Amino acid sequence: MIGALEELQKQAEAEINRAKTEEEILAIKTKYLGRKGLLTHLLRNIKELSPDERPGFGKRSNEVKEALSEQIENSIKEKASQKKSKALICEKIDVTLPGRGVKHGRVHPVVQVLEEICRIFMKLGFSTVEGPEIELDYYNFEALNIPKNHPARDMQDTFYIEENIVLRTHTSPVQVRIMEKHRPPVRILSPGRVYRPDSDITHTPMFHQIEGLLVDRGVTFGDLKGALTTFIKQFFGDATALRFRPSFFPFTEPSAEVDIQCVMCHGAGCRVCGHSGWLEILGAGMVDPEVFKNVGYDAEEFTGFAFGLGLERIAMLKYGITDIRLFFENDWRFLEQF
Amino acid sequence: MQVSLKWLKDYVDIEIAPEELAEKLTMAGLEVDSIHEAPPPFKKVVVGRIISINPHPNAEKLSLCEVTTGEAVFPVVCGAGNIRVGDMVPFAGVGASIAGGYTIKSSKIRGEVSEGMLCSEEELGIGEDATGIMILPNHLIPSQELAGALGLNDTVFDISITPNRADCLSVIGIAREIGAITRQKIRYPKIQLSEAKQDIQQITSVEIRDADLCPRYAARVIKDVTLKSSPAWLRMRLEALGLRAINNVVDITNYVMLEMGQPLHAFDYRFLEEGRIVVRRAKQGERFISLDGKERVLDSDVLMICDGVKPVAIGGIMGGLNSEVKDDTKDVLLESAYFNPSSIRKSARLLGISTEASFRFERGIDPDGVARALNRAAQLIAELSGGAVCRGYIDQHPRKIETAKNIILSTQRVNDILGTTITAPEMLSILEKLEMATQKVEKEIYRVTPPTFRVDITREIDLIEEIARLYGYNRIPITLPSISVMTVSDDRKGKLQESIRRLMTGHGYSEIITYSFISPQFAECLGLKEGEEMRSVIIKNPLSEEQSVMRTTLIYGLLETAKKNANVGCSSLKVFEMGKTFFHQREGELPLEKNKLGVLLIGSRYDDTWHFKGIKADFYDLKGWAESLLDGLKISHFKFEAGVPQTFLHHGKACNISIGNNLVGFLGEVHPDVLAKMGLNERAFVCELDLDLLVSCLSHKIIFREIPKYPSVLRDVAFLIPVGLTAKEVMDLAEEHREELLEKVNVFDVYTGCGIPDGMKSLGLRFSYRSSRKTLTDDEVNQVHNSIIKDIVRLTGAKVRGVEN
Repeated sequence: MIGALEELQKQAEAEINRAKTEEEILAIKTKYLGRKGLLTHLLRNIKELSPDERPGFGKRSNEVKEALSEQIENSIKEKASQKKSKALICEKIDVTLPGRGVKHGRVHPVVQVLEEICRIFMKLGFSTVEGPEIELDYYNFEALNIPKNHPARDMQDTFYIEENIVLRTHTSPVQVRIMEKHRPPVRILSPGRVYRPDSDITHTPMFHQIEGLLVDRGVTFGDLKGALTTFIKQFFGDATALRFRPSFFPFTEPSAEVDIQCVMCHGAGCRVCGHSGWLEILGAGMVDPEVFKNVGYDAEEFTGFAFGLGLERIAMLKYGITDIRLFFENDWRFLEQF
Repeated sequence: MQVSLKWLKDYVDIEIAPEELAEKLTMAGLEVDSIHEAPPPFKKVVVGRIISINPHPNAEKLSLCEVTTGEAVFPVVCGAGNIRVGDMVPFAGVGASIAGGYTIKSSKIRGEVSEGMLCSEEELGIGEDATGIMILPNHLIPSQELAGALGLNDTVFDISITPNRADCLSVIGIAREIGAITRQKIRYPKIQLSEAKQDIQQITSVEIRDADLCPRYAARVIKDVTLKSSPAWLRMRLEALGLRAINNVVDITNYVMLEMGQPLHAFDYRFLEEGRIVVRRAKQGERFISLDGKERVLDSDVLMICDGVKPVAIGGIMGGLNSEVKDDTKDVLLESAYFNPSSIRKSARLLGISTEASFRFERGIDPDGVARALNRAAQLIAELSGGAVCRGYIDQHPRKIETAKNIILSTQRVNDILGTTITAPEMLSILEKLEMATQKVEKEIYRVTPPTFRVDITREIDLIEEIARLYGYNRIPITLPSISVMTVSDDRKGKLQESIRRLMTGHGYSEIITYSFISPQFAECLGLKEGEEMRSVIIKNPLSEEQSVMRTTLIYGLLETAKKNANVGCSSLKVFEMGKTFFHQREGELPLEKNKLGVLLIGSRYDDTWHFKGIKADFYDLKGWAESLLDGLKISHFKFEAGVPQTFLHHGKACNISIGNNLVGFLGEVHPDVLAKMGLNERAFVCELDLDLLVSCLSHKIIFREIPKYPSVLRDVAFLIPVGLTAKEVMDLAEEHREELLEKVNVFDVYTGCGIPDGMKSLGLRFSYRSSRKTLTDDEVNQVHNSIIKDIVRLTGAKVRGVEN
């Protein structure tokens, strides 16, 4: 009997090893371990054995049963896992095909530059304000110490709506409006559209400026240099060389123009910087006492500085754009690059 | 302003290279735009040595020379008698050119070959001597470029003069700056005038009838001049700075203007009727032909220089054709005057002329320089034209031209403003270099009087700028302003714009910026008939018709952008713009400005990819975006209400957007007629929101609500309703019930077609019920739900599908 048991185990094991599918294993399980299975059948014959032989046979047959059960279970698991992985392989896709999604939108490059500049000045305590784009001659010119029939008006050609109403030629009138309403300390940025009748590869009749104004007790030209140096180093990089040179604006005195080392040639001289190695990027100065007088500030008590820069020019330098008109054509092939 | 290095060196020693000088000028506020070489009037002329001279076989007065340039020997036929073998001479070989632009060619002169030309000073345009060949110094080396060998090349600086620096519109002015920067003394030209016996008072007179416009008028008369071309040195100086030489008298007036900054005018005395000058305002509508041959119509603000009878010049701007100096002019009346700067500017603009003279007068010339320049020019005219300067000059000076005196300067104030520690002596030294007179009042306080040519300096701050400028901006120490808090910052709009930008780009919309001015055609194109969009602001002096009206809506610019992109093959676009629109109010008043957000969706819903092919966007795409935007901005209580808010929208696919009681904008499909007018082939969807109103609706307060503990119970109902009945009308009824348990109602299905009668649609609504206190039972839900459904059915006549009622 023991011999038959051993024989049965060998036979079953061989079948398990041969089996290819889960179904075949299950059939083997039924064939040997099922209620009418071969092992079950063999065990029923235990009563034909002598009482001495029975315990030995019983123990052995349990061992065989457990061994077979385990082998069968393992085999089932293995077959199931093989099947699943086969199924996954059938689901294989081309992962290199483009994904399904909405293309994200672009922020206009001029606005990107504006946001970056604002972030830097906000760290210096400035906050943004805005003013009308159509302005009274008074705010755009006279209050800024640019009287009628003054040659300084040549610096800015002007679009007129009425004799005394103009499209603002710069963001400086916002200074005056803010100072009229607020006592110092004043720390503002005023970005926005400005207008001058001019159109060529470096001029558009509309462009953007950002104006800064800081008024307080004891503000010095050194502070102006400090604030603008901080800005330039943060915006163009720490290594950027810069220089302040005297200039003229009717509403600041002393006035300065700030140049940075050419971002294209790094000072060696190229077409972009007119072979000077320097790029003019902003105008600035100490607020002229005349402007303070116009807004009712005491120029003995308060001093301040103002600065202004053209955003398109900065964006052109930053991105290497050579035709300013592209900013307002809104050609998708241009916009999508930003 | 152009100046040449050689001319500058007449007045100031310059020992540094042109590039360094340019750098120094720039850093002192005289920005040098460019530096260029100004060559003499000849080209490619070299130094040659004569190695033989033989008589010309066929011409008595000519000789045959051999000239070596060291590299080659050339045969030259020459007519001059002053040359000897071994002489160094200017040799213009074949291909060289001489004054007047003549190019030398190989030629045969009386049968003899001549491979070039030996030149006189006059032929080279560098001197007056035409009597013989220019004999050069012996130390020169043959083959050397003549211009370089004789130092005839000049360097010209092109300097941007800011409008305040009238004093720098002259060579002497620039020289003074250089002197101040490099600590060199200035040599002013010596004026030595020998006068004839005849007294000017016997010849002419000047009468100023408007002292406001002409506070000073000086004149001299020079008799018996001979008009001819100017000597080479004068021509070269003028031409180096880009001026055309005309004749000696005119050239001298230009020369002295460039030298001293005082514009001058020369009249032909014989054309001055009654032989005198009257300075008066023009008569309204008076006509006058200026030097350029154009007839000008004048008004009473324009100052005229007249003779006893008629106008002869537009004062300070341009002379007249009727009194111009001509080849046969004998007697010259020379004018040197001071005109009111703003009046000159006004007249120049009125007449549309800007001349070298008006440019200087309107910026303000040196009131004390009037007579000096007059004498300087008279001297030169006498020297170069052989004329006799009449004794004395007329100097009518009815009104004193005030210049600043005794400006109080506090040295402490200088350092307070600049943030420096410049010492008083250092400051005074700077001011004195600028020819300012300083006088100590008390400790740290000085009285400063600027020279009369510095018309820009009237206040202490002007002096501070001068000190800073010459001290050097780059030497001023860098400091950071101390932090103080300002209270004006209510930047809710800026924050809103930032949020919108973030949400828009997240939805795939890109920001554009279009011009604020558009074509007046926009109204017709958008079919606008009335309403505020018609109240546009018009630019008086636009650059073009297409940019002549301030926009009242962003939609036109968006559609134009769509069109431009469609033209380059991009017919699907999702873009937005934030910017102002402008509405005319009343004459003399500023227009109303409204901040708007405009959005455009056109073409495909998605990018055309293998996933989505040709799925067109529709109304609900844009509406979905709008809902999401408002939700993202934490704005609740917004409503989309059916209506036709704008003529340019499709009547059946447009709605108003309101928040609370505020109408904040509209959204819809663009009317097919408008698309056709714009030449757009795809359906377009647009939205415009008023950002100023949105700001007022913003609430940044977020109040947390407990997450529900108990499950919700859903009930789906499909209503059969007339097509014209809106979903909102049905859902509002449920809402009006105000059932505490009804959490929300959603549309889960809309269907028309098979199985639905004509004129009807099926609207599937999902009702969601929830209690915050317990799990609801079916019975509890049914009770509320059935009552809501019953009401909807009763009030709308709807049928509930699947239920007989």
